[in-house]
Amino acid sequence: MSAPPPGLAAVEAGFAARARLRLVEPALALVAVACFFAFPDRHLLMAEIAVLALFALSLDLILGYAGIVSLGHAAFLGLGAYAAGIVAVRVTPDPLLGLAAAGIVGGLAGLATSPLVLRGADLTRLMVTLGVALVMGEIANRESWLTGGADGLQGIAMGPVLGFEFDIVGRVANAYALAVLVVLALLARLVVLSPFRASLVAIRDNPLRARAVGIPVNRRLVAIYGLSAAYAGVAGGLLCQTTQFVSLDVFGFERSADVLLVLVIGGTGWLYGGLVGAVLFKLLVDALSSLTPQYWHFWIGLILVVLVLVGRDRMRDGARRLVGRLGPPRTAP
Amino acid sequence: MDRRLVLAAALGLAAAAALPARAQEVAKIGLILPMTGPFASTGKQIEAAVKLFQARNGDTAGGRKVQVILKDDGGTADVTKRLAQELIVNDKVVAIAGFGLTPLALAAAPLATQAKVPAIVMAAATSTVTEASPFVVRTSFTLAQVTVPMAEWAARDGIRKVVTLVSDYGPGIDAEKAFTEVFTKAGGTVENLRVPLRNPDFSPFLQRAADAKPDAVFVFTPSGVGAQFMKQFVERGLDKGGIRLISTGDVVDDDILNDMGDAALGVVSTHHYSAAHDSAENKAFVEAFRKAAGFRPNFMAVGGWDGMQALYAGLDATKGQGGQALVDAIKGTTWTSPRGLLTIDGATRDVVQSVYVRKVERKDGELWNVEFGSSPAVKDPVKAAKAP
Amino acid sequence: MLTILFDGIAYGMLLFVLACGLSVTLGLMNFVNLAHGAFAMAGGYATALLMNRAGLPFLLTLPFAFGLPALAGLVLERILYRPLYGRPHLDQVLFSIGLVFMAVSGTDWALGSGQQFIRLPAWLQGRAEVLGVPVGLYRSFIIVVCGVLVVALQLVLSRTRFGSRLRASVDDPRVARGLGIDVGRIFALTFAVGSGLAGLGGALGAEILGLDPTFPLKIMIYVLIVVTVGGTSSIAGPFLAALLLGVADVAGKYYVPSLGAFVIYAVMIAILVLRPQGLFARAR
Repeated sequence: MSAPPPGLAAVEAGFAARARLRLVEPALALVAVACFFAFPDRHLLMAEIAVLALFALSLDLILGYAGIVSLGHAAFLGLGAYAAGIVAVRVTPDPLLGLAAAGIVGGLAGLATSPLVLRGADLTRLMVTLGVALVMGEIANRESWLTGGADGLQGIAMGPVLGFEFDIVGRVANAYALAVLVVLALLARLVVLSPFRASLVAIRDNPLRARAVGIPVNRRLVAIYGLSAAYAGVAGGLLCQTTQFVSLDVFGFERSADVLLVLVIGGTGWLYGGLVGAVLFKLLVDALSSLTPQYWHFWIGLILVVLVLVGRDRMRDGARRLVGRLGPPRTAP
Repeated sequence: MDRRLVLAAALGLAAAAALPARAQEVAKIGLILPMTGPFASTGKQIEAAVKLFQARNGDTAGGRKVQVILKDDGGTADVTKRLAQELIVNDKVVAIAGFGLTPLALAAAPLATQAKVPAIVMAAATSTVTEASPFVVRTSFTLAQVTVPMAEWAARDGIRKVVTLVSDYGPGIDAEKAFTEVFTKAGGTVENLRVPLRNPDFSPFLQRAADAKPDAVFVFTPSGVGAQFMKQFVERGLDKGGIRLISTGDVVDDDILNDMGDAALGVVSTHHYSAAHDSAENKAFVEAFRKAAGFRPNFMAVGGWDGMQALYAGLDATKGQGGQALVDAIKGTTWTSPRGLLTIDGATRDVVQSVYVRKVERKDGELWNVEFGSSPAVKDPVKAAKAP
Repeated sequence: MLTILFDGIAYGMLLFVLACGLSVTLGLMNFVNLAHGAFAMAGGYATALLMNRAGLPFLLTLPFAFGLPALAGLVLERILYRPLYGRPHLDQVLFSIGLVFMAVSGTDWALGSGQQFIRLPAWLQGRAEVLGVPVGLYRSFIIVVCGVLVVALQLVLSRTRFGSRLRASVDDPRVARGLGIDVGRIFALTFAVGSGLAGLGGALGAEILGLDPTFPLKIMIYVLIVVTVGGTSSIAGPFLAALLLGVADVAGKYYVPSLGAFVIYAVMIAILVLRPQGLFARAR
């Protein structure tokens, strides 16, 4: 390229403006900290929410920013969970190393399977990703010498994280999960507010045109898919470490479907959709399943149906108006 | 003098007032079951049995009111673990119970150790479950326990060649191993086939079994799937081809047996409980259960019933104490359950019980597993082999 | 092994009847209806209940297994589905999963979580020798019913006025509307028929696949596989895909039982990687 085109300065200023922290973001962190102290008997639920939020965030990276739908994201969650579990059992009980291993395994698997999802329309992608997750689950069932098979992986005992032992109330697990979530969300924020994101959005909205303006479409998609898979892997690792248990259901179809629900409830493409969705979904499930342990699915179903019929956009816009203009930048889905 | 009398009276009154307050103290039991999802029927059977137990035996034990808190884990291990943890930490339960599947029990076991809270396993049937924690007590059965008598009976009954067909997961592999070992030792030959859990159509596996021309097919599947298998077994004409169907009791689950139709007639199985068990306790149990729940109790229900029995016995013996004392009190107890005589092994905390050989027959217009033989006081063979 | 081939075809036919309704609604209305399996379950339960409680013979219940879900489909399409055409796929997924949850839970509540059984009439039980190959009578029955259905569907689509209108609407609803075709009515009718077919599939499949409240979730994956592999632009596509998958699944499990569970997924992934639009889709 020779001289920079005239509008570039303005574009750069635009990116810089987006990258500034909005008011709502420290507010969210504050709320999380407040909840940590306000509900000392719900640490476990909060840890579970944090894990689900991170998992939803990983899906948002590909769905919200690159337009890749997936019904098999649990493949990477599961790989991460087993990686963390196996590291804990066979190598070292250190949680952070295990978490790193989970992320790396997830990311590599994402890169390896990315050629499968680059082609095809929504439905094809849904089914290919689903197929990958189901195959992974079958492999984990079969290789029981490594994974413990259908009984689940036994004997995970985590060491202390930065000097704190995991306790039965779940306080350390919760703090650990929240901290990982915050760090990774900030990292993701850097990514999605960069020019990299702009190219992804261009690809999502119109791959042909993106290719025409010189964006290396495939490479970008591979990169974001790998990153998303690594995030999912970390979420899996976190799940394994906070519960100190892994079983085959981490690969289950229900996980992939649930995370998609969570993300759609919270809204795609604005990074905090996963968080909002995870909080709403988990609290709802927890409340309903305590009220009617047998039939809570019915009420969840009813709420989903009403949500769609009333229009989740309308509801969210209403909420937005309430919050005013505090919300972070958001791209239309 | 008067004053002293008044004082004594006041003290007595206070004590009298304190007594019912003590009695009002609540012992909570956390019951974690799959109430939704593919294993919902397990949850419903156990829940109904637990309710019935409390209805018939009162809701106090060891001087305390026993309150059961029911939670649904949907069959997912990390949810089981969280619920168990919350029940222990927040609700201060004296025991957790339920556990529909092996991984669910294994997920919760470390918590039982950590918090010193007994975990009563009412369903999960893999042998290793009781080894996962010294606080696990099992009142259901182990698969090896009910499989070994089947293999022995088959060998005695002149069956020489068997194809085993099991669902490809923990309990299935347990059953396959136990059967193969005992049966080959008795001089028979065995061919093993495993069916994926998520498998809608048995035809290819049945065809393979038919091609092997065995004397019998031994099958283990989780209960609902077993019915499907049986129908296809008959449809394929294997029964007319002289191949017998032998199984563990999961396949001819009492809950659905009557709806399976004539395809089930003549199937021989071994299990620790049949709703047709001939005893006064069982007749009363089945009748009350059907009246209360509207369906027939199966082996899951009896696991739940005896789980409560164990807990009540333990709470009575310890005057309501929990933790280690409660487990110790449950160890070695013996009682007569609807299934027959039952002992909690003092060493392994696993259940020791009679295993019956049964055959499906039509009685009074309904299908029942009618018992015609039994092996008394069977221990879990896997752990028995490990013991020195 | 002809028996294996026969079993595979019967299984494939069953998959086709379960899936073809979804294939049409997906192709026609571009609506991702994950609740398709719920209509199949409705059909299965209609047959099971009518047989076990009302004592109707098996064959007589089949029209109900078709009719009741079709009616339900018609009503639901009117009041619930219609506002959602043209909404993003994710909304539709959310909505239809919600419906599935309600159907599963509602059935559990009303009829219990246990398995429902269908007792086949004697003339459908057992097996017979045909040209030296032993074949199951019930599976033959499935093949015959489904074969007739395929031919009928193909004839309706290619020979009738309704068929040509339907094809026109699938190809380009805007132009079709411009030509005075009442696309809304065609949608409604097609949706009802698709739901009815699913119900029929559920009734026929109950004997082989098992029937309990989680039925919609259990078959959802298989149905989606058939639809994606077959493509959504014709009847022939899903039909051939269903046959292919049925035979591959059964044969795979017979010849390499240790890898049995992988076969159907591996075949699907391979096909979709090579032909992302589906095996038999026309290029667009």
